[in-house]
Amino acid sequence: MSTALAVLFDGVVYSSWLFLMAAGLTLIYGVMKILNIAHGSLYALGGYTAATIAGAWLAAGHAAVGSYAMLLVAALLVGAVMGPLLERGLLKWMYGKDEVVLLLITYAAFLILEDAIKLVWGVESKLLPEPYSLPGNFRIGTLAYPVYNLVLIAVAVVVGLALAWALYRTRQGKLLLAVIHDREMSAAMGINVDRVYLATFTVGAMLAALGGALTAPMISVSPGIGVEVIVLSFAVVVVGGLGSLGGAAIGALMVGIVRSLAVRYWPEAELFTIYFVMALVLIARPKGLFSPPEARKI
Amino acid sequence: MSRDRTAAALAVTCALLLAAAAIAPQWLVFLLALALAKGLVVLGLVLLMRTGLVSFGQGLYFGLGAYASALLANRAGLADAALMIVAGTVCAAAVAAVLGLLLARYREIFFAMLSLAFSMILYGALVKSSALGSTDGFNLHAKAFAGVALAAGVERRVFFAVSVLALLVVAWLLHRYLSSHWGRLSAAIRDNELRVEYLGASVYRVVYVNYVVAGALAGMGGAFAALAVGHVDPETAYWTTSGEFVFIAILGGTGNVLAPFLSAAIFEGLRTVANQYAPNVWQMSLGVAMLAIIMFLPGGLWTLLRRRAA
Repeated sequence: MSTALAVLFDGVVYSSWLFLMAAGLTLIYGVMKILNIAHGSLYALGGYTAATIAGAWLAAGHAAVGSYAMLLVAALLVGAVMGPLLERGLLKWMYGKDEVVLLLITYAAFLILEDAIKLVWGVESKLLPEPYSLPGNFRIGTLAYPVYNLVLIAVAVVVGLALAWALYRTRQGKLLLAVIHDREMSAAMGINVDRVYLATFTVGAMLAALGGALTAPMISVSPGIGVEVIVLSFAVVVVGGLGSLGGAAIGALMVGIVRSLAVRYWPEAELFTIYFVMALVLIARPKGLFSPPEARKI
Repeated sequence: MSRDRTAAALAVTCALLLAAAAIAPQWLVFLLALALAKGLVVLGLVLLMRTGLVSFGQGLYFGLGAYASALLANRAGLADAALMIVAGTVCAAAVAAVLGLLLARYREIFFAMLSLAFSMILYGALVKSSALGSTDGFNLHAKAFAGVALAAGVERRVFFAVSVLALLVVAWLLHRYLSSHWGRLSAAIRDNELRVEYLGASVYRVVYVNYVVAGALAGMGGAFAALAVGHVDPETAYWTTSGEFVFIAILGGTGNVLAPFLSAAIFEGLRTVANQYAPNVWQMSLGVAMLAIIMFLPGGLWTLLRRRAA
């Protein structure tokens, strides 16, 4: 019984982390039809910035609780700088090209950012263990878990609810849904599509950076952390259906729990299972679990 | 219509490369051998791209080809390069023939993502299999070609010469294929596959055949790469390797069967220079080059050559 609970808890923690990454990715795809490979670099940037800012905060002798705020500041900062920079500086000039070409363009941006990170922060790894160890542990049965895991789950739930509320309950969100539904018609009705794109991409970038910032205390931040994350979050959004927020949540839960089952009962297959789930879902539902039907145009 | 000069260009290129195999210094032979191996993979990718499909998972077949040939040498004790190349190609083609049944139904981003997923499954399996050396992979040493024992130091040159001959045959066949009925159907599918269906051709069958051919070529490239490097590791199936192939394909363009080899040679050459002088900005320069190509030369470097010729 307690094993089952532990497996489930591990799965949910991992799912929360996956969801933070996948939510931004699926939002950007839903609105802009861009599958953003550079999302992984934004995650890495979030991690590095958090390690730097929160590290400086702690080194200056401020209260350790404030380092959590610094993680958030790092995420907002990265999103607010990199979002507009990428969207206005690069993607804006590429709209109208094929989805696959746009994929390649973000791949190019990913390659550039990977080296830019190395140039700024060097190749040594950065550590920021305090926010992780500070709140201590709690117990499930006989197993001890860091309280930080609960923080991760809470953040994911709050982000999910906030996004859903913003999308379906606010005026701005409804404008966004209109743009998703029909970009040209929305523009004709007077919606500033340009601005919607910019806002979407910036929010997506902030979510990626938030994922990185929250991960920074758990790992050693080193070059290449974005490379693996990007294919993982791809798997999640493709399972859920590209562009669907609820799909990203379900996809994250499926992938997270399957992974923790694999880690517990068949550790050799850990990586294997994640992509196996993705392949299975795509075989059964070629466009993911929650994707709207599309008309074929001749 | 301009005269087809591909045959002549192919013959001249191969003659030059064979001469290089005999007299070029060891490092250049190594570089060219790797470029040719990757060029073979990219040739398959170009075939898919002409059908309108971009695979972000050719690393699957590259890795399969490399591991199949390496295992044959190491575990089965058949360290004969000819057998290894055949094994790598056949193994990749067989897997492509199965997966192709499924993948031929997917398009655009879903095709790219599903092929990525399959390559990552192989990567995940290889990384965790300690019998195959996990992340380190293992070394292999081929001692013979088609029953003829090879002296140490000469074998790399022989393998390279073999890959040049493979290039000659494969590129010529593919060139013929592209100008045949089916090859032209591929381009039509890229433009508008629904109309192709209405005209009575089977889109599925064309995509399937192209997919299997691309898989077989990637397997052959993997086997040649394993022979050239003398080592295999799971990195061959990782998505960044597949991304590299896509990059080389975009760099060269899909205009001609020689374009992938030209751009693979440029790519490997630049990488050698960058590793020497600026290892920290190598990826960055790749990214910038890719953006420049997409913006200013959508047909790849090959269009530059064409413009000069015309």
